[in-house]
Amino acid sequence: MFVGPALLFFSLIVLAPFLMSFYYSLTVWNGVTARVDWAGLNNFRQIFLEDSAFRDSFWFTARYTLAAVVLANAVGFGLALLLTQPLKTRNWLRTLFFLPNVIAGLLLGFIWSFIFVKGFAAVGKWTGIGFFELPWLGTSATAFWGMVIVSVWQMSGYLMVIYIAAILNMPRDYVEAARIDGAGRFQLLGRIVIPLVMPAFTVCLFLALSWSFKVFDLNLSLTKGGPFGSTESVALNIYKEAFQNNRYGLGTAKSLIFFVIVAALTSLQVMYTKRKEVEV
Amino acid sequence: MEQAPRYTARLFALELAAVLIALLFIVPFYFVLVNSVKSFGDLMRNAAGWPEAFRLDNYTRVWNIMQYPRAFLNSLIVTVLSNAGLVVVSSMAAYRILRRPSRFNRALFVLFVAAMVIPFQSIMIPLVKVASEIGLMDSRLGLTVCYFGFGVSLNLFLYHGFMKSIPLEIEESAVVDGCTPYGVFWKIVFPLLKPMTITALLLNSLWIWNDFLLPSLVLHDAGVRTIPLQTFSFFGQYTKQWDLALAGLVLGVAPMTLFFLLMQKHIIAGISAGAVKG
Repeated sequence: MFVGPALLFFSLIVLAPFLMSFYYSLTVWNGVTARVDWAGLNNFRQIFLEDSAFRDSFWFTARYTLAAVVLANAVGFGLALLLTQPLKTRNWLRTLFFLPNVIAGLLLGFIWSFIFVKGFAAVGKWTGIGFFELPWLGTSATAFWGMVIVSVWQMSGYLMVIYIAAILNMPRDYVEAARIDGAGRFQLLGRIVIPLVMPAFTVCLFLALSWSFKVFDLNLSLTKGGPFGSTESVALNIYKEAFQNNRYGLGTAKSLIFFVIVAALTSLQVMYTKRKEVEV
Repeated sequence: MEQAPRYTARLFALELAAVLIALLFIVPFYFVLVNSVKSFGDLMRNAAGWPEAFRLDNYTRVWNIMQYPRAFLNSLIVTVLSNAGLVVVSSMAAYRILRRPSRFNRALFVLFVAAMVIPFQSIMIPLVKVASEIGLMDSRLGLTVCYFGFGVSLNLFLYHGFMKSIPLEIEESAVVDGCTPYGVFWKIVFPLLKPMTITALLLNSLWIWNDFLLPSLVLHDAGVRTIPLQTFSFFGQYTKQWDLALAGLVLGVAPMTLFFLLMQKHIIAGISAGAVKG
């Protein structure tokens, strides 16, 4: 029995609930009583035609994901370039930039809610810079960028570690040859380094995309989806539908739609970036 | 090997820039730490400055309100048990799937790996029903069983990839010497898997220790709550009492930060290795 236990736990905890969700998505069920009423496709009809909050949460999640993925990868790659230079402090700095990743997203959200509300206000009073005196987390725009800032702050250190490994794994002769041929710094970066670390871009884009699109903990603790639901992620919307409104059937239907989109997005993204890789 | 590059003015400028960026990066931690030892009035008057007086009684109060030692113990129990189970179950399954690539085993591997794209939210609602049917609710052991299920895909995948590099000859000679399949695995193969076991343990620990959503669905009873759950409920009650809330956050963040600083070499190496292979 080598495979047995693995298969048992996996079936019980992952497979069975996942398959059950196909059934429950077609029912009305409040999760508390045993009563489960067949509803056909009514849940899906309601979601697509009537539930504007769900649509808004998708729109928010898409915008947030785009901003967070692009910025976190740019910052992470930039840090990796910087910290592969022969700096004296680079090992210290790598550790430091990675640090936010070992802290629970939930706690990071609380920490930053203090920074945005109290810290920024204090810095604003002190320096008079308008950026810090904005009503952070109080409007939908500042709450949106608040989410993006914290996510980039957290993710970029993790992505940096992967980019550093890729840069250090580049075959030295390619870089040397290009340098001897007189390639400038930017030519070297654009023509040699970036194509050679393409596999790392695949991994990093994939990771950032799946983290951002499924964001929950940070969302719950930083903005709670507010103000007025303007920063509610899909994951948070599903959670509230099921566990706060006690509409488990509807929540399950939403979670299946969420699954289809996540699965499609991640496979598309991997296929697309794989094609751009250079064979060495 | 190229010669060590000289420390030029350009490098010095880069170094300076890097350090400045890093300082900016850790400012949030400064704010949290410095304000966690202020009195409430001091904190409201100046959130950026040095405290008028260091007050450690924020910490002693939070320590008691949060029942910190109990929450810590709960987190520890769940993390250790889940890790132990995941390593045993996944390494054995990966071994069998790799060494006996029957059609069934290959299909099983695809199933395990494919399941990694399913977001947790698409499982959690029926999972609560399953968990209460089979008695996993409000129990640390029940939560551990849930982690077995959710972690097995990634762990199996990591072990499977790593095992490909282990030569078959060693095992074959052991079989000739009359070793049972379990003996071969535990005495010969498993010790060779040590680097991957370390990576798996670290990745699992980061995930399980910091996880919030799954424990929040399974553990409701105050006595079994883990650190993230306890911090969440504490924060809910003391939202505007920043002096206490911040001390609570520091206590919440501390264990994993210390763990990371001790294990950083392994953690960072594990992430790099996992990503390059992935």
